[in-house]
Amino acid sequence: MADLSVNVAGVQFNNPLIAASGTFGFGREYGEFYPLSTLGGISCKGITLKRRDGNPPPRIAETPSGILNAVGLQNPGVDVFINEDLPWLKQQGTVIIANIAGNTVEEYCEMAEKLSDTDVDMIELNISCPNVKSGGVQFGTSCESVAHITSEVRKHCKKPLVVKLSPNVTDIASIAKSAEAAGADAVSMINTLTGMRIDIHTRRPIIRNNTGGLSGAAVFPVAVRMVWQVANAVKIPIIGMGGISTWEDAVEMLMAGATALQIGTVLFSDPYAPVKINEGLNKFLDENNIKSVTELTGTVVPW
Amino acid sequence: MKYDVRELPLLSNEEIAQGIFDMRLEYKQTDLPVQCGQFAHVYVPGKSLRRPISVCDASGGVLRLVYQVKGEGTKIMSQMKSGTVDVLVPLGNGFSIEKGKRYCLIGGGIGVPPMLYTAKQCDNPLIITGFRSESLVILQDDLKQAGETLLCTDDGSAGQKGFVTDLLRAHIDEIDEVCACGPTPMLKAVAAVCKELGKPCQISLEERMGCGVGACLVCAVKVRKNGEEIMQHVCKNGPVFNAEEVVF
Repeated sequence: MADLSVNVAGVQFNNPLIAASGTFGFGREYGEFYPLSTLGGISCKGITLKRRDGNPPPRIAETPSGILNAVGLQNPGVDVFINEDLPWLKQQGTVIIANIAGNTVEEYCEMAEKLSDTDVDMIELNISCPNVKSGGVQFGTSCESVAHITSEVRKHCKKPLVVKLSPNVTDIASIAKSAEAAGADAVSMINTLTGMRIDIHTRRPIIRNNTGGLSGAAVFPVAVRMVWQVANAVKIPIIGMGGISTWEDAVEMLMAGATALQIGTVLFSDPYAPVKINEGLNKFLDENNIKSVTELTGTVVPW
Repeated sequence: MKYDVRELPLLSNEEIAQGIFDMRLEYKQTDLPVQCGQFAHVYVPGKSLRRPISVCDASGGVLRLVYQVKGEGTKIMSQMKSGTVDVLVPLGNGFSIEKGKRYCLIGGGIGVPPMLYTAKQCDNPLIITGFRSESLVILQDDLKQAGETLLCTDDGSAGQKGFVTDLLRAHIDEIDEVCACGPTPMLKAVAAVCKELGKPCQISLEERMGCGVGACLVCAVKVRKNGEEIMQHVCKNGPVFNAEEVVF
């Protein structure tokens, strides 16, 4: 039995698998399948300062080996999260990451401040949501704006700060460097790739928002490449995600340079994917006489 | 634990009308009891999303899913011939059926199947089904055993020519409450008739769905609660809603 625990920015996870924000709500539903302590952590559904109702439906479309979504950050607001969901989440025996999104830098700062006085273990700065009109990804696509928002939130954030990066950029390594220089304790990557599907009979986009974020196995090679590029550019740990569906994918993402992993879309077809990935990881480590999963991080041998 | 994924043995999977299939799965007494109007989320090999299919029947140790081939996923489903099917069931909130009331159950097209199991929970229901034309008519023999049936088609090729709402109006004095499932324009029309004539109405909605359990929030439906419009979700709050609360 290998050691699956990992440490990201001083926070200890029992295993490297974290539920990805937006796919797992605030945990209650998947907690009806298995104890949430099965997971190393949960990155909660993105929250905003005030309640948001999100986009009109349809909000999802299937694509080859993936899905497009445009939920538009539907959530009850940070105060409801803190008062009604966090106390329950903290009893589940897993690391709790609050994912925050806002329309303005000030909103991010206010939320970081509120959450700093709670029991959340980490804060994930969502500057990469492609599905809202203002805020979200507009903060995450230039080095200057990433540096600005990260340093501003840093001043108000007493928790380890993870910056979630958008893949919809020209050079993700330089964005990651900006986040690191501005005080990020870790980066998580990648958020979804912007995409679109059209119903050829109605000539209407399938998603009411016209465009959506692509996730699932289809984006996995893009995510591996980007994690590898960022691992070569920064010293802070990387939480790797983007289409991880099997334990082999998990090993690959770790080898690319990730310290921990987030899994999301695979849950929709197989809610038990985290259980299976953990089992597979453990077996792989044992068979290769590797004592700790941390020994896999960044061990790709590039040509 | 409330949810579990089951591997249910496939008993049969026959085409019962043009492009409409009747999948029967072995469902043991020990499996979770299914309420009428609940749905099953069916895993389709090679696809990223499960397919939500309403439960047509869940009596006698058989789970029956009657579905229409609409795209790649349901096409793959229709080609399953043996082995087991990975199903997440039962999900959602179904129709609420009270003793002593006479229900009018209305199904339109591929919205007809859940009305069979619903009819089996009611005392002498009036079952109104409507289809575009004769080639799409399904489940009439099964429904006749569960209540009084009325059939209509848009083109008059089977039953009466017209819409389910014509039949509902003609028989409104014989019933206490309406349960309906079908295309949105039909549900909207049924809800309007019920409101006009003062009958309570429950409707089963459909929306493109993700997780099926209420975590991913994609299958949104706008409802009015206590005077405020909020987004709820077909998979967790529904699929059955009080028609008066739905903001179409």
